[in-house]
Amino acid sequence: MYQILEKKVLSETVKLMKIKAPLVAKKAQPGQFIILRIDEKGERIPLTIADFDRKKGTITIIFLEVGKTTKQLGALNVGDSLENFVGPLGLPSEVKKYGTVVCVGGGVGIAPLYPIVKALKEAGNYVISILGAKTESLLLLEKEIHGSSDEFYIATDDGSKGHKGFVSDVLQQVINKHKVDMVMAIGPIIMMKVVSDLTRKYNIKTLVSLNPIMVDGTGMCGGCRVSVDGKTKFACVDGPEFDGHKVDYENLMLRNRRFMHEEGEACRLADVQ
Amino acid sequence: MSVRKTKHEMPEQLPKERIKNFKEVPLGYSKEIAIDEAKRCLQCKNKLCTKGCPVEIDIPAFINCIALGNFDKAADVIKAKNNLPAVSGRVCPYENQCEGECTLKKIGEPVGIGRLERFIADYEREKGAKIPKKPESLDKKIAVVGAGPAGLTCAGDLAKMGYSVTVFEALHAPGGVLMYGIPEFRLPKKIVEAEVDYISKLGVEIKYDVVVGKTITVDELLQEYDAIFIGTGAGLPEWLNIPGENLDGVYSANEFLTRVNLMKAYEFPKHDTPIKIGKRVVTIGAGNVAMDCARTALRLGAKESFIIYRRTKEEAPARKEEVHHAEEEGVKFFFLAAPTRFFGDEHGKINGMEYIQMKLGEPDESGRRRPVPIPNSESIMQIDVAVVAIGQSPNPLIPRTVNGLKLGKHGNIITDEDGRTSIPGLFAGGDIATGAATVILAMGAGKRAARAIDQYIKSKK
Repeated sequence: MYQILEKKVLSETVKLMKIKAPLVAKKAQPGQFIILRIDEKGERIPLTIADFDRKKGTITIIFLEVGKTTKQLGALNVGDSLENFVGPLGLPSEVKKYGTVVCVGGGVGIAPLYPIVKALKEAGNYVISILGAKTESLLLLEKEIHGSSDEFYIATDDGSKGHKGFVSDVLQQVINKHKVDMVMAIGPIIMMKVVSDLTRKYNIKTLVSLNPIMVDGTGMCGGCRVSVDGKTKFACVDGPEFDGHKVDYENLMLRNRRFMHEEGEACRLADVQ
Repeated sequence: MSVRKTKHEMPEQLPKERIKNFKEVPLGYSKEIAIDEAKRCLQCKNKLCTKGCPVEIDIPAFINCIALGNFDKAADVIKAKNNLPAVSGRVCPYENQCEGECTLKKIGEPVGIGRLERFIADYEREKGAKIPKKPESLDKKIAVVGAGPAGLTCAGDLAKMGYSVTVFEALHAPGGVLMYGIPEFRLPKKIVEAEVDYISKLGVEIKYDVVVGKTITVDELLQEYDAIFIGTGAGLPEWLNIPGENLDGVYSANEFLTRVNLMKAYEFPKHDTPIKIGKRVVTIGAGNVAMDCARTALRLGAKESFIIYRRTKEEAPARKEEVHHAEEEGVKFFFLAAPTRFFGDEHGKINGMEYIQMKLGEPDESGRRRPVPIPNSESIMQIDVAVVAIGQSPNPLIPRTVNGLKLGKHGNIITDEDGRTSIPGLFAGGDIATGAATVILAMGAGKRAARAIDQYIKSKK
């Protein structure tokens, strides 16, 4: 069992939890993910690691309540335990000195971006961060990421903070001003696609972190397969980060909607109870 | 006294009933039938049957005990060699092993050795398995990676020798393929749990949620343990590599079966993991796994379940019994045909498959005749779900993360007969070494490796 040591409500639908998982914390690196299962009847869901503390043996997860499992998870409190919590899974981010890097985070994708921002900064890069959200109240980890960045920008759909519009607008301005060596983008699939389309024009190396549906997370089921450069890759063992210019985003979007109907049914039933 | 020429049949659930439930299909022998079947055994001195058994059970001895009505003694004889008899008594291809060697085959059908093994295992389990007295502790620690058939067998044997054994399992449940792969109606999960419980009572500790290669590395384990056995299986699904394979509704056999067996999707929404099934399901391949998928599809409510295979029924790698069960349940077979592409609707969901007729050409390296497509023989069929069950490769997680480990061209770990790898103290066996094979061969490999580990440790003193 894996105890919840801390819980923060970041917005109505976004929660942060610190989970006691010393073995996972000992090995965790930026870019990797965990798989958890709440109870015996639960499904296995992947969540990218938002932070880790090797000394305290904790992993931080930040999640958006979108389906039955994440809603159930969000309803748990400090002192409650999860049945399973396994990781760290996937390959770590390739952290090294690139020069000038731009880290783009959208929505709940900002959470896994945070450890990468920190690591890239520590590796000696000039880090420019751009965070995007629908509205100001949904912005995550603003202070934390700002503190680890050399330049920092915000874009909101409604203009409640920073630039009114998309992160890609800000990215365009940054590209106009700087010689960018690498872009790291994590967020909604459509955001990663737009960012990749933009950087392709400038031939800027771009990495994206994908979040397909998974079951085992160890390369066994192939449920998380994505098409990268025309080849089938498993996000759980070959990723979750891939060359953003080569990902088939359309297919990923379709595959992530595979169980929308069932998810709705499970949520309705859970609400009734 | 003349010997009965045929095996006693095992009662089974009727096909039209059983396709509506996930309960076990064969129901097992009664005591009377078991004794009668056991009396067919000629008690040959040369024990050809035992030579055909990968885990070396003294078969005539346990059958003799049954014939004499001494079921407890029969259980002792089996358990002396086999830690998981209720499993092997259900999923072993006996016809190619013990029963294949049986002298009675000269005049008729062999003794129903598999059915008798199952009978005794069930008898003992219902009574509560006897736990052998703990041997004196050798004060040596062994790590076993993977709680599947190879790992559990190796762990059980080592515990019986007095080693302190810890098994590391990536998933949340033990059993490996016994749990995620083989369906409930062929191997009830309660039985797997009982067999694992026996292994635990031998003193083996199982740690879940540990992915060796990620959570902890083999190199770290080598520092803490005196020896390591790797039995991580053939977990990586193979694909057809044809257009449309990533559409919604195309599953690997592993995903399909894992959702249903391990995650209990057939009880959705009581259990949280869903599966989509539709009316027409096609499974590609004709091994045991393919039969499992096609039969599972029927139980999930598919109106029609098809199997498409590029060779003929003769070459199908599945056990005859499994093909027979599938046919009885109404699975329709397309032999000498292979998919060439999948079609999807505007939402990216599969709705059709194009396939081509094949003919058999010259034998290939496996000795089977190679299937060759017949030009311009394509047809299209409407389908809602496709399951790709054409084989698995060794799981790459460990091979990728151990320096200096010698690997084969398919990413399998190279070992000698007894599971020794290129690294001293590191042993491997089962599908991770051989590529996808059977449960019993994995168990045999685990058994031989346990002996080799014992030798290795004693030689170090």
